[in-house]
Amino acid sequence: MPTLTTVIWIVVALLLVGVYLSWTAGRLDRLHARIDAARAALDAALLRRASIAQELATAGVLDPAASMVLHQAAHGARQADQDQREVAESELSQALRAVFAESAQFEAVRAAPGGRETAADLSAAVRRVPMARRFHNDAVRAARALRRHRTVRWFRLAGHAPFPLAFEMDDEPPRLPADPGRGPSAE
Amino acid sequence: MRIGVVCPYSWDVPGGVQFHVRDLAEHLIRLGHEVSVLAPSDDETPLPSYVVSAGRAVPVPYNGSVARLNFGFLSAARVRRWLHEGRFDVLHIHEPATPSLSLLACWAAQGPIVATFHTSNPRSRAMIAAYPILQPALEKISARIAVSEYARRTLVEHLGGDAVTIPNGVDVGFFSGAEPEPAWQGGPDARTIGFIGRIDEPRKGLPVLMKALPAILEAAPGTRLLVAGRGDEQEAVAQLPAAMRGNVEFLGMVSDEDKARLLRSVDLYVAPNTGGESFGIILVEAMSAGAPVLAADLDAFEQVLDGGAAGELFPVGRADALADSAVRLLADPARRTGLRERGSRHVRRFDWSTVGADILAVYETVTDGAASVAPDERTGLRARFGLARD
Repeated sequence: MPTLTTVIWIVVALLLVGVYLSWTAGRLDRLHARIDAARAALDAALLRRASIAQELATAGVLDPAASMVLHQAAHGARQADQDQREVAESELSQALRAVFAESAQFEAVRAAPGGRETAADLSAAVRRVPMARRFHNDAVRAARALRRHRTVRWFRLAGHAPFPLAFEMDDEPPRLPADPGRGPSAE
Repeated sequence: MRIGVVCPYSWDVPGGVQFHVRDLAEHLIRLGHEVSVLAPSDDETPLPSYVVSAGRAVPVPYNGSVARLNFGFLSAARVRRWLHEGRFDVLHIHEPATPSLSLLACWAAQGPIVATFHTSNPRSRAMIAAYPILQPALEKISARIAVSEYARRTLVEHLGGDAVTIPNGVDVGFFSGAEPEPAWQGGPDARTIGFIGRIDEPRKGLPVLMKALPAILEAAPGTRLLVAGRGDEQEAVAQLPAAMRGNVEFLGMVSDEDKARLLRSVDLYVAPNTGGESFGIILVEAMSAGAPVLAADLDAFEQVLDGGAAGELFPVGRADALADSAVRLLADPARRTGLRERGSRHVRRFDWSTVGADILAVYETVTDGAASVAPDERTGLRARFGLARD
């Protein structure tokens, strides 16, 4: 019976297409979840950096001019609207680089009471922003590549999820000297 | 933090990736983290307590050489069981773009996955063919680490996306604290040159050094060359004039301790490699031990040597340039002392204390607000049909 065979083949083909679509939708879903997690981590890293910068600016260990520059930039980064955020965070990067261009400033922070921890926190915070941003933008790129795929566009597998956007900013960290008390042999 | 690490190559075979995984695991355990390493290994090989065997690796011809790989249902089942029992906060896989245990783990897991890309292989035909299959596995990786700027560039070209650069780690104190061996130390008119690497692997560059040796010995007749590494010693000196063969000493395979003492003793370390290097850990070890370094100007080496500031460079494969630089350095103690000092300062960024902190920062960045690692149920066939019926 050729008709029955044809029907069976059509059912099998539909089933395979269904499996493929559900699998692709699952892939896309996982990528969106990855972007959300990466974005949360990036927000946390940026906020951490702005907090430590503001803490330094108000601690009185830096000279008044540097304190004002740093405070202004940190405040701006924390208060910025979503569409101004990239610019404000870039300005904080530039302010940090300008303030800590001389290693003497960083030494002053470290010499202050409790300054060792603050200095270590600052080094960690400025190092993590570029890390978190790369992971975020990498996830965004993977999701965009999949969303441009024909199957995803024709079957609208992405649903109503917004088209993911990369976070573009200047995240070059200041060159902070390593802590001499925590050298290779200290461990 | 509970950390699962996957090493793609056999634990019982020495190699750069295996050493890196071992040192990383031990460093993290010292810091108080719980670490489990899944690695292929013969079931009879004694393993450290933190290593779980994934079964024996099968030798398969792949990409022009014989690779020892794990695949098939048995390996996949072991990977899933390890993932299930480990309940890791983060999964760290190494070399995921080769058909290996790492790729299996990446395929079978979900949750925060960190991947380190060690080599900078040119894109292979197999990879292009497997790309549609590889891509879904690779896009699960939340954070990519490249061991050098060079490795990162190749990764970006071949797979797209981006990666952070974190160099391989070295225990600087182990090398800087080694006792020099008097027999390997040179005198004022009998300097010693060190070379460590496989003798019979042309990419390690011993033939280039052998070609440069007559010119070096002509300018500084007492110089001795100390060679540590596996291979045919007769063949290595075959092209050398018979009178000069006495100036070459073969030490065979050396232990880690002897390697550190050798690097600590020699007046000059030469790395004449002609290619295939994505990092150059041996240069970092030499600098840690305070040996002045003269290396081929491969991209990876140039970067490790801080663009030539922490060690001298010569054009790849050029025996005459190597001989000129070596003769000049051997006759100039002040320059060697300068290189020693700059090298020792430069290697601090490669110490495990720095590298380990960076890797932990990556772990913390990807685990922030994410669930823990679990077997990926979606890849199960039954679950697939379950989903399809919805």
